[in-house]
Amino acid sequence: MSWLSKFVKPKIHALVKKIEVPNNLWVKCLGCEQMVYNKDLKETYSVCPTCGFHLRLSSTDRMDWILDEGTHREIEISDVVFDPLKFKDKKKYSDRIKEAKSKSNQNDAIFLRSGTIGGQKAVVAVMDFEFMGGSMGSAVGEGIITAAEKAIDINSALVIFTSSGGARMQEGIFSLMQLPRTIIAVNKLKDENIPYIVVLTDPTTGGVTASFAMLGDVTFAEPGALIGFAGPRVIQSTVRETLPEGFQTAEYIYEHGMVDEVVPRSKLKLKIANVIRHLSNNNVGNSARA
Amino acid sequence: MQFLNFEKHIADLEGKVKELTGLDLVGEKSENNDNEISKLKEKIGGLIKKTYEKLSPWQITLVARHPERPHFIDYLDILVSDFQILSGDRSFSEDRAVIAGIGTFHSRSVMIIGQEKGFDTDSRLKHNFGMVKPEGFRKIARLLKLADKFGLPIITFVDTAGAYPGIGAEERGQAEAIAQCIKTSLEVKVPFISVIIGEGGSGGALALATSDKVLMLQNSIYSVISPEGCASILWRDNDKAEEAAESLGLTANFLKNKGVIDTIIAEPTGGAHRDHHSTIRNVYDAILQELNELINISPDDLLLKRQEKFLRYGRI
Repeated sequence: MSWLSKFVKPKIHALVKKIEVPNNLWVKCLGCEQMVYNKDLKETYSVCPTCGFHLRLSSTDRMDWILDEGTHREIEISDVVFDPLKFKDKKKYSDRIKEAKSKSNQNDAIFLRSGTIGGQKAVVAVMDFEFMGGSMGSAVGEGIITAAEKAIDINSALVIFTSSGGARMQEGIFSLMQLPRTIIAVNKLKDENIPYIVVLTDPTTGGVTASFAMLGDVTFAEPGALIGFAGPRVIQSTVRETLPEGFQTAEYIYEHGMVDEVVPRSKLKLKIANVIRHLSNNNVGNSARA
Repeated sequence: MQFLNFEKHIADLEGKVKELTGLDLVGEKSENNDNEISKLKEKIGGLIKKTYEKLSPWQITLVARHPERPHFIDYLDILVSDFQILSGDRSFSEDRAVIAGIGTFHSRSVMIIGQEKGFDTDSRLKHNFGMVKPEGFRKIARLLKLADKFGLPIITFVDTAGAYPGIGAEERGQAEAIAQCIKTSLEVKVPFISVIIGEGGSGGALALATSDKVLMLQNSIYSVISPEGCASILWRDNDKAEEAAESLGLTANFLKNKGVIDTIIAEPTGGAHRDHHSTIRNVYDAILQELNELINISPDDLLLKRQEKFLRYGRI
C-alpha cells in the first residue's frame, strides 16, 4: 500500500484512484470499508457481499454480465467530427481523447452490443464513466442514434445503462446539440413501439439526464447512484444551505417520483427481461407489429 | 449607463463631457466648452466603434450580460400587441422566469415565450434572474403543444444563465422537464423561431432554442457551459474564464460559421444596451423575414427539416 492509500479515507481515495478490480487481490468496499476478496466481487458483479454497496462496474464487465452468454454481437458506431473546436485547456482535447482511448481500449464513452437478456432480444448501450467522465460529445450522441436505429432494425428492445458527468465541454455547442439529437433518436423508438428501458447507474448527471436518460418507457436506478441535473457542488454554491440527507441518490429521486424502481444489480437482469417481455407481447392494439 | 471594464477609456471621456456640460449648467457657458464637448463626443464615438469592432469572446460575454441590454419584456412591449399572458404548468406552480402568451406579431397571431432576468432587485427576485425551474419548462412544453394545436407560429426569446440549480428544482425533476421541453419542440408542426438576445446558457437555453431557425444578436452568447464554470472544471481556476470563453466558441460569428445558428442580427454600434430602439427594430426585421419563409413550408416538412437539422450536428 502506498502512503496515499494509508492516509486518505476510502471515499476520497476512490476519487483519486480507480479501483482496479481485476488486478488487486483485495478491495476495500466504499460502503462498509471492509476488505473484500476480489474473486467474491467478480461473482457479485461488484456488489459488496457484506453490506450490499454497489461499487461501479466497468462498462465491459457490465456488458458481459447483462447479455446472455453466447448471444453477444458487436454494433459498430460510425466516426463523428473529431475535435470540432480544436479545444485546448491545460491540455489539448485531442491528446485527452487519445489518452482515454489507449487507457480504456474503447473508442469513446459508449459501446453497443445486441443479444438477449434472459432470453429477450435487446440492443444494449453501456456508457463508460472511466472514459472522460462518461461525457457526451458527438460520439456518444452517434452511439445512442445507432443503438436506436439498430433496435428498430432488428425489432428488439433498447436498454441503455447511463453513467455520465454530463455534456463534453471540450466539444462546446456540439455537445449541447447531442441533447436534441439523442431525443430524436429515442423518439423514433416510440413511433415503432420499441420498448426503451433506461438504467441509471452511478453517476448520471447533466446533459445526459436532460435528454435520453429521462425519457425511458421504464426507468430503473441502481442503489445509491448519484442522479441529478446540476451537480451537488453547484447547487450548494447557489442555495448556500446544507443539502438534505441522501440528496440526489437513486432512493431520493425514487421518493420524488423520478424512477420506477431502485433495483439491486442482482435482480436487474430478471426485471429487465420481464419488462421487455410485457412490453413486446402482442398487446391490445399492437397487432400491427410483427 | 454602466460601463464595462474594457470601456474605461470611454467612461473617462464621458466623464469629462459630463463635467463640461455641468459647467454649462452653472452658467459658465463658453464657446470653448461647446467646441471641447463636440470634439470629445466625436472622439467617444470613434472609440466605441473601434472597441466594439474587435471584441474578444470574453468581452462579448460581458456585453451579453450587460444589465441595461434590452430584455424580453422590452421586446414583448414593442413587438407584440393584443397580448394575453398564459401562465402555469397545471401541476405545481407558475414560474416567472418565463413569460409567455399569445399575441399579434405583424398582424399574425403567434405564441411568444421568453426568459426574463429582471432589471432591479425586486424584479430579479420575482423572475429568479431568468433561471427556469421544472415548472417553467413544463409551462413552456404545455404552451408549445397549445401553439401546435391551433397552428400558431412560435417565437421564443432566450436570455438565461442556465436552468436553476436548486434543491426543489432537482426534486421536481429539472432534467426530465428540460428533456420533455426539447422533445416537445421536436414534435410541433408549426413554424418555430428562436432569438438569443443575451445569454444562451446550456440546457436552459436549448429548451427554448430547438427550433427551425435560431437567430442570435451579434453580441449575445450561446454555450454548453459558462466560461466561469468551464474554467473552474477544466482549468481548476476561476480566473481562467477569459481563456475558457476563447476556447468554447460561444460567439454568434463562430456558431454561424459552424452552422449551429442560422442568422446573426446586427447590434447598433456600442452594443444593444446603447440603443434599445434600433436593436428591437433589427430583431423585428429578422424575425419577420424568417417567419415569411417558414409559413410557406408544409407542417410535415417543417418537422422533418427541423429533425434533420439537429441530427446533423457532429456527423461527418
